[in-house]
Amino acid sequence: MLTIAQVYPELLGTYGDGGNGLVLAERARRRDVEVRLVTSRFGEPLVDADIYLLGGGEDGPQRLAVSLLREASFRARIDDGATVFAVCAGLQLLGTSFSVEGDDEFAGLGVVDAVTRRGARRAVGDFVTVVGDTIMVGFENHGGMTNRGDGVAPFGAVQRGRGNGDGHDGFRANRVWATYAHGPVLALNPWLADDLLCELLGWKSVEPLASVADRLYNERLRVLTRRGNRSPHRPGRG
Amino acid sequence: MTSRRSARTWLAVAGVRFGNWASRRAGRGAGTVVGGSIGLAIDRNLLGKLARGRTVIVVSGTNGKTTTSAFVAAGWGAPVATNETGSNMPAGHVAALVRSSAVRVVLECDEAWLGAVLDAVKPAIVVLLNLSRDQLDRSSEVRQLAERWRRALEHTSPTTALVANALDPLVVYAASAARRVVWCAAPVAWTGDTESCPRCTAAVQHDASGWWCECGFRQPVATSYLADTDVVINAERCPLELALPGSFNRGNALLALSALEAIGVAPRESAGRLARVHDVAGRYATRRLGEQVVRLLLAKNPAGFGATLADLAGAGALWIAINDHVADGHDPSWLYDVPFEVLRGRTVWCLGTRRLDLATRLWYARVEAAVVDDGLPPVHGGVTDVIANYTAFRELLEASEPC
Repeated sequence: MLTIAQVYPELLGTYGDGGNGLVLAERARRRDVEVRLVTSRFGEPLVDADIYLLGGGEDGPQRLAVSLLREASFRARIDDGATVFAVCAGLQLLGTSFSVEGDDEFAGLGVVDAVTRRGARRAVGDFVTVVGDTIMVGFENHGGMTNRGDGVAPFGAVQRGRGNGDGHDGFRANRVWATYAHGPVLALNPWLADDLLCELLGWKSVEPLASVADRLYNERLRVLTRRGNRSPHRPGRG
Repeated sequence: MTSRRSARTWLAVAGVRFGNWASRRAGRGAGTVVGGSIGLAIDRNLLGKLARGRTVIVVSGTNGKTTTSAFVAAGWGAPVATNETGSNMPAGHVAALVRSSAVRVVLECDEAWLGAVLDAVKPAIVVLLNLSRDQLDRSSEVRQLAERWRRALEHTSPTTALVANALDPLVVYAASAARRVVWCAAPVAWTGDTESCPRCTAAVQHDASGWWCECGFRQPVATSYLADTDVVINAERCPLELALPGSFNRGNALLALSALEAIGVAPRESAGRLARVHDVAGRYATRRLGEQVVRLLLAKNPAGFGATLADLAGAGALWIAINDHVADGHDPSWLYDVPFEVLRGRTVWCLGTRRLDLATRLWYARVEAAVVDDGLPPVHGGVTDVIANYTAFRELLEASEPC
């Protein structure tokens, strides 16, 4: 039984990031893995899960999420073997500190040695990075600049967009995967969802699962790596 | 217009007329934005000057602006100047006020422009429908927008009254800054942006008395509400029959009738006029698209889509078109906030520039989907419902004809 927990979607779920949990659960179920997809709402105890998904959120809710996760011993759960997949605000709050509103600095959960400061302007737009040897496509929408501490590996190398602001995106530390990519990123990149499943289930490789999601990935790859070449399709014409 | 106009204003009005004429002549649509922009470039106070001496009702919110504005205009029962083409920023407002000199004015207003428009036109009534996530790549996150509304409403003139939705905590947060508010209870289907208190971020609770938060922020008592097939407005009960479908539109009608009541139009008179609204700028209209008879529905964000899907009856095929042009937003990730699972058992034909994103979303929802790369889906018998987001809707409207 694989338990996937979507954490506080009321606070961390501004950009459809809840889709990441659905994608992960469906790709496991369609390979006959028994899955429990649960939502941890704030005001309720945080459920025990194999993987916690953190999404994007606005500034006030992001700060509230940090204090709730601290009370729920979130860090200890990761030390005990849980995996985390975090996006945007979820990424920022895993670090040692972040400043989002004005320049006030707030303590993060300190799971990873990373500091987020507010950038001069917001980064909004299509986002392309290279993760390992595969291109990841997505969309970023955030105001952060994230500095990783010594020895903290990035999640990917930015080809288009800002990411952390230093040519890299997010971080990867033990069982913590963190990126600035919305989309939801696991829906846009089925291979990444499968990599995550392999890690969770201890599989070396995974059986292919053909679907329209593969076509979507190839289409976004084509559009985003050749600028200006948009799909010419218009409904009702042609 | 009762006020005397300066030479600059006169020139600006001439500029609006010329711009609209030239744009129409060039075949570039109704020209409301072009003309209005020219006018505002000549006289940046033009909107306020054009509104002076008129009774203005401004309608804003994430969903239902155009329909509610159409309800107010129809319910008033007299000639009205309004921006019914959906150009809902100051250039569109200016064009509407130049096109018609009617003393009654209804202006649909983009959420982000509310403060500037209130300063300029000093409306009699501001109608605030709802606030939820919409096009996050080009507009503010929704809590920031509520904060900006609140600041704008703190300074409204004492002659302005608000007509606001008491069931939407973000609207209440913004509206409670104003001096005079008529609270209405218009049901909201989407609560994804208001589970955390707009005032203090704690969890919003719900019980028989409505929503409330431990910080003391709670649902105000509404004096206007829906009661079975009737509406009750300021203690007056009257029947409400609409030609437009959906519970969401009954909420829009409630706010429109409350706004009119607040300026002295009796609900039993205005309510009867709303039944004559059959379609709004092509929405809900039955049209012929190629060989297919379709009913066109506009939905462009999770709240609007959720309300539309909830009201769709039947088990037949459905067409959905999703574009990602500037007016739609480039990021369709909101598709994962839409409860498409309710469509299980039906076939959805996916159209638009982001048809693959839609088909993928449906695959994960276990809804049968077919991607239409060229032209239109095969012809079905009867009327097929078509849901489209902003520019996809416009394209389908232009490509179809009345039937």
